[in-house]
Amino acid sequence: MELKVKQVQRVDGAKEALYLPALFGGLRITVRHFWRNLFGAKDVVTISYPEEKRHVSERWRGRHRLTRLDNGFLSCVACYMCETICPSECIHIEAGEHPDLSVEKYPVVFDIDELRCVFCGLCVEACPKDAIRMDTGVISMAYTSRHTFDFTRDLLKDSYDPKSHSNTKYEDKDLPSPKDQTEALPNSLGVPAT
Amino acid sequence: MENVLEIIMIPAVLAIIKIMVIILLFAMPLGTFLTLMERKWSAMIQDRVGPNRANIGNFTGHGIMHIAADGLKSIFKEDTMPKGADGFLYLIAPFFGLIAAIATFAVIPIAGPIGNFTFQVTDIEPGLLFIFAITSLSVYGAVLAGTSSNSKFALLGGTRASAQMISYEVFMGLALMGVFMVYGTTRVSGIVDGQNEYWFGSLIPMWGVFTQPLGFLLFFTALVAETKRAPFDAPEGESEIVAGYFLEYSGMRWSAFMLAEYVSLVGVASLITTLFFGGYHIPWLHLWENAPQWLVTILQIIKFSVFTLFFCWFQIQLRWTVPKFRFDQTMALGWKKLLPLSLINMFVTAFVILAFA
Repeated sequence: MELKVKQVQRVDGAKEALYLPALFGGLRITVRHFWRNLFGAKDVVTISYPEEKRHVSERWRGRHRLTRLDNGFLSCVACYMCETICPSECIHIEAGEHPDLSVEKYPVVFDIDELRCVFCGLCVEACPKDAIRMDTGVISMAYTSRHTFDFTRDLLKDSYDPKSHSNTKYEDKDLPSPKDQTEALPNSLGVPAT
Repeated sequence: MENVLEIIMIPAVLAIIKIMVIILLFAMPLGTFLTLMERKWSAMIQDRVGPNRANIGNFTGHGIMHIAADGLKSIFKEDTMPKGADGFLYLIAPFFGLIAAIATFAVIPIAGPIGNFTFQVTDIEPGLLFIFAITSLSVYGAVLAGTSSNSKFALLGGTRASAQMISYEVFMGLALMGVFMVYGTTRVSGIVDGQNEYWFGSLIPMWGVFTQPLGFLLFFTALVAETKRAPFDAPEGESEIVAGYFLEYSGMRWSAFMLAEYVSLVGVASLITTLFFGGYHIPWLHLWENAPQWLVTILQIIKFSVFTLFFCWFQIQLRWTVPKFRFDQTMALGWKKLLPLSLINMFVTAFVILAFA
């Protein structure tokens, strides 16, 4: 088989050798950009991250949240579907019986280890009750200690602001240690509306 | 009061005061300012924001605090010396370039003289020859840093720097021969005053850029090569020899190299202004017959500063526009193209002067 050789045209001649036309051609471009950005940064594409945030699509799989019914109770019926389908096994549910008879079953413990989560969205698809969603729009979770990534039920249910679709930033102090919370849970029965 | 005036008017004291004013209020602040502006302007060219995070309280001043942050950082950084380095030479090398860059300002006038008082540290007869002598001294900074670092990349960088600077010095002098011939002097004030004359009545000022256009191009190219900035930054050559001759330096000594680069950038800009753009002279100002002297002086300082700033900007713009020459291309351009061109320029100038003057 013959090898195909592509001949590239070399531009030679006085204009190239003089170097100045090419130089001024380049300067025209850079000066144009400089001039446009000198007053008001018109072409700048940078997003100054902590102050500005990039627009996130509504389908973006961000951090999870637990939805509620109209009467304020959690939609979750602790059916273990999400825990079963989760490929990274980051969801931990313990079911319990609710004192209110209209709720027959509810999650006493609903923990998600966000460090293990791969954000595949399978839990959302598996859920028969539309009880778990990933539409918080939280792009990045950056905390300084490992245990703050263990999101408990109460954190998950309160972590959504549908109006602003904004990233609710959780400071460390807002996050009670999971140990305290799981101990508190059986007594609190705190599922009804806030 | 009279005693103070008398002390000030002693030539040596006056010279020291002028040195301090010109260097501490003009050259060094502008050089420091350019270290930030290089980053800021390059960001604008590349559609970025540039440094804007350093702050005191909530004040960032569009990144102006980065100057202070950089200075503080380099003062507190460890000053390392590589094993096997030549101690003394390694320690003094950074300051050769800095001193050479600063000394350029000795002969540059920033405004017209008032009576006996000149806005120039010294108006020596050799003038520009002094500048050539000083700029060739700055080669030592690069060469000493390269050889004393005990690092092969630094040595390569130093070798490249010396080869490049020595070859470009050749036609830097030759390119200025035309200017010497046109204005008939090497004294800087003489050249500046020569540019205050006009062609065709008072239509076109006899600026160096009009009398010596080719000389201007050649001299500017040579000066850019002398400052070792793009497109002639093969001595630094980030991509192949890491950082060239100042590879091993850190802390304040590294900053001295950087500062030398930016001060010599200002030096280049003010030299170009002085020799080719009328220096401090404002064209057509003689038409305003009874202008007050103080106003003229202020206008002259402003004119000089604006042109200097423009050429500082232009060099930075150039650096972020053109790609780096390969080292053999640098040499070929210097010896095969620019040197013959500067000789031709010299002969043509001499011929024209002989024929028409």
